[in-house]
Amino acid sequence: MTLLLLLPLLIPFLTAVTALLAWHNRLLQRRINVVGAALHLAAALGLLVWVSREGIQAVQIGNWPAPFGITLVADLFSAIMVVMTGLMGLTVAIYSLGSIDARRESFGYYALLHTLLMGVSGAFLTGDIFNLYVWFEVMLITSFVLMALGGSQEQLEGALKYVTINLLSSALFLASVGILYSVTGTLNMADLARQIQAGDTVAPGLATVLGMMFLVAFGIKAGLFPLFFWLPASYHTPPIAITALFSGLLTKVGVYALVRIFTLIFVHDIAYTHTLLLIIAGLTMVTGVLGAVAQMEVRRLLSFHIISQIGYLLMGLGLYTALSLAGMIFFMAHVIIAKSALFLVSGVIRRQAGSYHLKEVGGLYRANPALAALFFVPAMALAGLPPLSGFWAKLALVRAGLETEDYAIVAVSLAVSLLTLFSMTKIWAEAFWKDHPQPEHPFARLAPQTRRPLLLPVVSLAALTVILGVAAEPFFALATDAAAQLLDPSAYIQAVLGGGA
Amino acid sequence: MEVVLAVIIGALYAAGLYMMMRRSLAKVVIGLSLLSYAANLLIFTVNGVMRGRPPLVPEGAVRPVEPFADPLPQALILTAIVIGFGVQAFALVLFKRAYQAAGTDDLDQIRSTELPKKSRKAGQAQG
Repeated sequence: MTLLLLLPLLIPFLTAVTALLAWHNRLLQRRINVVGAALHLAAALGLLVWVSREGIQAVQIGNWPAPFGITLVADLFSAIMVVMTGLMGLTVAIYSLGSIDARRESFGYYALLHTLLMGVSGAFLTGDIFNLYVWFEVMLITSFVLMALGGSQEQLEGALKYVTINLLSSALFLASVGILYSVTGTLNMADLARQIQAGDTVAPGLATVLGMMFLVAFGIKAGLFPLFFWLPASYHTPPIAITALFSGLLTKVGVYALVRIFTLIFVHDIAYTHTLLLIIAGLTMVTGVLGAVAQMEVRRLLSFHIISQIGYLLMGLGLYTALSLAGMIFFMAHVIIAKSALFLVSGVIRRQAGSYHLKEVGGLYRANPALAALFFVPAMALAGLPPLSGFWAKLALVRAGLETEDYAIVAVSLAVSLLTLFSMTKIWAEAFWKDHPQPEHPFARLAPQTRRPLLLPVVSLAALTVILGVAAEPFFALATDAAAQLLDPSAYIQAVLGGGA
Repeated sequence: MEVVLAVIIGALYAAGLYMMMRRSLAKVVIGLSLLSYAANLLIFTVNGVMRGRPPLVPEGAVRPVEPFADPLPQALILTAIVIGFGVQAFALVLFKRAYQAAGTDDLDQIRSTELPKKSRKAGQAQG
């Protein structure tokens, strides 16, 4: 059964290798890509079922006993994140079939895509903080190449900024890991948690300083205020399938790492650290959404929205109650699905109306009402209208905030919700409602062979936001269980270190 | 020894960050590599510099003689050097391609991703 923990890493790895072996056969690569992505999602679902039945699972790689070897751990939160990775992988793999040009495909696009999925899954499953650094690097180097692949001036300039800031953050992450090791003598996250809670090897002040170093390092990757400027400067440059994948997964890995260390390791001084997280959360939400309101380019607008949604996730972490963490996990699933759906829809808008710029498009509602519906559902979910997924996620976060009497963050989150709705109606009014600025503009019809790969992922993601909203109960129960595991790390520590912990 | 290394690390960080804030692309790459050297040296130094005490198990014993140098930080540094080498090589090529595409190595001029298409001309006129 322990194989289930390794499969989400092995499958994308083998898929990438077979895709590389089929370098000259583009058609075969496309097939391998879809099969590999589907298997990855299946393995992730298997892992989730296994973890939800039998509790937290851990594997010691090479049978080196923890805390000396590298451990892979899956608690419910990790398993849910791996499932989201599999889901994103599959939808983007299918969407890529219709949207990625032959030149990119023959330069190893699919191999890179699956290596990225491996890196992301690895980051979610590892229980060793240096190993986390390695998975981050696997993920980053493939994302660098994916962002620059194609080599247009805009892409190269976007990649320039993306690479520089990420290398800076990696250097900081590495330095923090080194200092953490020097004071604790361990890299195993469960062992670190035990030592810092016991408080005898690490002075609480030093632990807080280390926590702040990790906050900055992961904060750059997650796109927190005031470290997010690289994101809207680079995310809109690659093809839309890659943007959707990045927005769904990469910043979320940063958030995952923050959640992991601020629920497992650095929980010795919650009054200081988690209040700071709340303040950053509020500022991230506000700056992100204000940036979005000012944009007229769909991809840039949505990129700014990524930032404001990260603020909500951080709000769930900062409140640090069972309800807020459950809300955060539910929000994570919701935002990954809804945001990627929006990016993928905007790719279809671009194909049909000829531009990403809101001033240059229009009249889509008349030309293609079905597409309008496909945009409308995830957009309203993102704004948090009932009965869609975003409503329940925001409701849980707001209720958690009211329970702990943090009224300021509740007020901010509600106001930001309203502005989110406003910027979504802006896209709606400009792209769908108003007439096309050139009255004679012919709407490009989707070619029959690209129709299905483009629309299938969008339809399924939009359907998922509805399902997550209408049948929220079982998903929310799962999120609540996952939150309980985060809030009480003793089960995690015991699963990794064994009974004596 | 630690004090000397600490000063060197500080100098490397300062130099790396200074280089990254210059306008030239080439200097940014140099800054990035200086930063990764600083991080590696930091790991080495904070984990205790020890001379001539390799963690070898003498014949007949089951554990090395205390005190011995911890080999793990060096393993971490080795991993980090390899990763850093690959990433910097990639960054170098990327920066060269960006330089060729943009036709300038002045970071203040490289901002086609910052401004929307319409206002780019106006922005250039101001700058």
